[in-house]
Amino acid sequence: MNDNIAVKIDHVSKFFHLPTEATNSLRTTLVNRLRGIKGYKEQHVLKDIDFTVEKGDFFGIVGRNGSGKSTLLKIISQIYTPEKGNVIVNGKLVSFIELGVGFNPELTGKENVYLNGAMLGFSREEISDMYDEIVDFAELEEFMNQKLKNYSSGMQVRLAFSVAIKARGDVLVLDEVLAVGDESFQRKCNDYFLERKKSGKTTILVTHDMGAAKKYCNKAILIENGLIKVSGDVNDVANQYSLDNLQTEVTARSDLEIDVKEEWIENLEVNFINQQKITPNDEVKFEVSYDVKKDTETYIAFSLTDVDRNIWIYNDNSLDYLTKGKGHNRAIYTCKLDQVNNLKLKLQVSIRNKRDEMIAFADEKVILINRNDISDDDKSAQDSATGLIQRNGSWEFE
Amino acid sequence: MNFFSRRNQILLKELVKTDFKLRYQGSLIGYLWSILKPVMLFVIMYLVFVRFLRFGSAVPHFAVALLLALTLWNFFAETTNMGMLSVVSRGDLLRKISFSKPIIIFSVVANALINLLISLVVVVIFSFLNGIHMSWNVIFVLPLLVELVLFATGIAFILATIFVKFRDLGPIWEVGMQAGLYGTPIIYPIIQVSQTHPTIAKILMLNPMAQIVQDMRYILTFSNNTNPTLWQMTDKPYLIIIPYLIPFIIFGIGLWIFTKNSSKFAEII
Repeated sequence: MNDNIAVKIDHVSKFFHLPTEATNSLRTTLVNRLRGIKGYKEQHVLKDIDFTVEKGDFFGIVGRNGSGKSTLLKIISQIYTPEKGNVIVNGKLVSFIELGVGFNPELTGKENVYLNGAMLGFSREEISDMYDEIVDFAELEEFMNQKLKNYSSGMQVRLAFSVAIKARGDVLVLDEVLAVGDESFQRKCNDYFLERKKSGKTTILVTHDMGAAKKYCNKAILIENGLIKVSGDVNDVANQYSLDNLQTEVTARSDLEIDVKEEWIENLEVNFINQQKITPNDEVKFEVSYDVKKDTETYIAFSLTDVDRNIWIYNDNSLDYLTKGKGHNRAIYTCKLDQVNNLKLKLQVSIRNKRDEMIAFADEKVILINRNDISDDDKSAQDSATGLIQRNGSWEFE
Repeated sequence: MNFFSRRNQILLKELVKTDFKLRYQGSLIGYLWSILKPVMLFVIMYLVFVRFLRFGSAVPHFAVALLLALTLWNFFAETTNMGMLSVVSRGDLLRKISFSKPIIIFSVVANALINLLISLVVVVIFSFLNGIHMSWNVIFVLPLLVELVLFATGIAFILATIFVKFRDLGPIWEVGMQAGLYGTPIIYPIIQVSQTHPTIAKILMLNPMAQIVQDMRYILTFSNNTNPTLWQMTDKPYLIIIPYLIPFIIFGIGLWIFTKNSSKFAEII
């Protein structure tokens, strides 16, 4: 095997048997067995997942709730065994999955650290070597001889987290840890992650927080419905994730639709010709097509709304190109939004008749505009890019 | 899988230490309970069966024989009961860290064994007080202990595996242990059965627990023919070998079933 590989996930598939019957009694089980009902259904959580984490990678796994990322993490940590495929881990793996890694409330903090260390495969001497660092990082010096049941929940998590990150494993696996502790502890974790990224140790991080993923990870995968949707560059992954989230958010909101005179228009469709993820220099280009069922004049009106600020950014219509009579209509629209910074937009297209009444709505679509021309170390440009419109002024100092 | 890898040794040591530490956590006299409890239980059994019901009055030193058998039975009960629950009770750990699962059972066995050894010291003290003189034959206690540990561990493996899926096993095993206690010549001497029903006595003796108890009693020389072992009751070698073989078979099957299913424990719990 290649020496440079830290973790190799080789075409891994995983399913669970979920009981379909609510009851678990002997009688129903027997009756179902006789009827030939299996009593469970196979839930395919991961389907043919395949990727490699190289040594020194800070690898991100992102995905929505229920996409299978925690299951994947448990497979990497060898807590679950996959139905198909293999997992190869090169070196000692330390994982921090779910909060509070099996601490015993009746033991003192110190005893728990040693027990936890033994669970992870470290001897007493090895733990003694790292003990001071762990306690130091957790900031719990004066509590280490207290029983764990007297700790606050935040203190417990801090201790567990410190054990995980200070244990000298080769691969560190972390699940949703960015909410651990108070602000100062989080800042400390942030520093630690940045330092770790530079140090060349292998880390696998599962997160919802795209900011964190972009900040720490050099590679990432996006998991959706048990499949890898995007793999590779962390920015691609993060943008796709944001777009997906926006899409569902917008669709969920558009459920509250106004009653529309459906009978006038059929097959209204809006399709992007260009990408949905663009930079300010790219064109927004989409196609609208619909069938008019009754003899009337129609035009298309649309708006681009900033999702975060909930304001119209850009509206336009085809009032000057009224369609006449029944039949199929198709139009392509192109525009450019080259003045803006990063934006999440929703595109709402409607068809109106001559009396300006809306007679049809299209499903909402989203467009994600991200600037890619700002370098990471240009603090001035980055700061200015938080506004809606790109900066174009000049300074004159006297 | 290598149970004796360095990592597993460390883990086993820590788990045993923790369990031992936690056992009498919060009690005033702590470890003393592991001696006091069997002694007090023995006093009850002694008063009920030896003094009032007059069991084993024909057997010399029956009081010590009763204490010895109870001690062995307690080890068996503790290992199987705790073993059965152990995997489920460590469920939160199983779902977070990957480690060798048989270690969980071995740590339970190790703790029960510590208790057994402490209790055996009490038994030895009692037998001296009772005026029993031991010979070098006592050394044969060791292989019998190994047999006992294998038997109890094997059953604990099987129970723990089934219990993960079927919690019904809890009450079932409780009843089973009660039946086992009375089905084994512990509180009554085997001659009480063999005098009237010799065949039933022989069947009872095929149970490894009965065989271990009677062999131990024999070795500690306080029975002779008044409290016979299986090989004193029959001369058919294929019959005699059965109870000695069962523990090894049970251990093999138990370990096999347990390791075969252990990769799924984290999902089911």
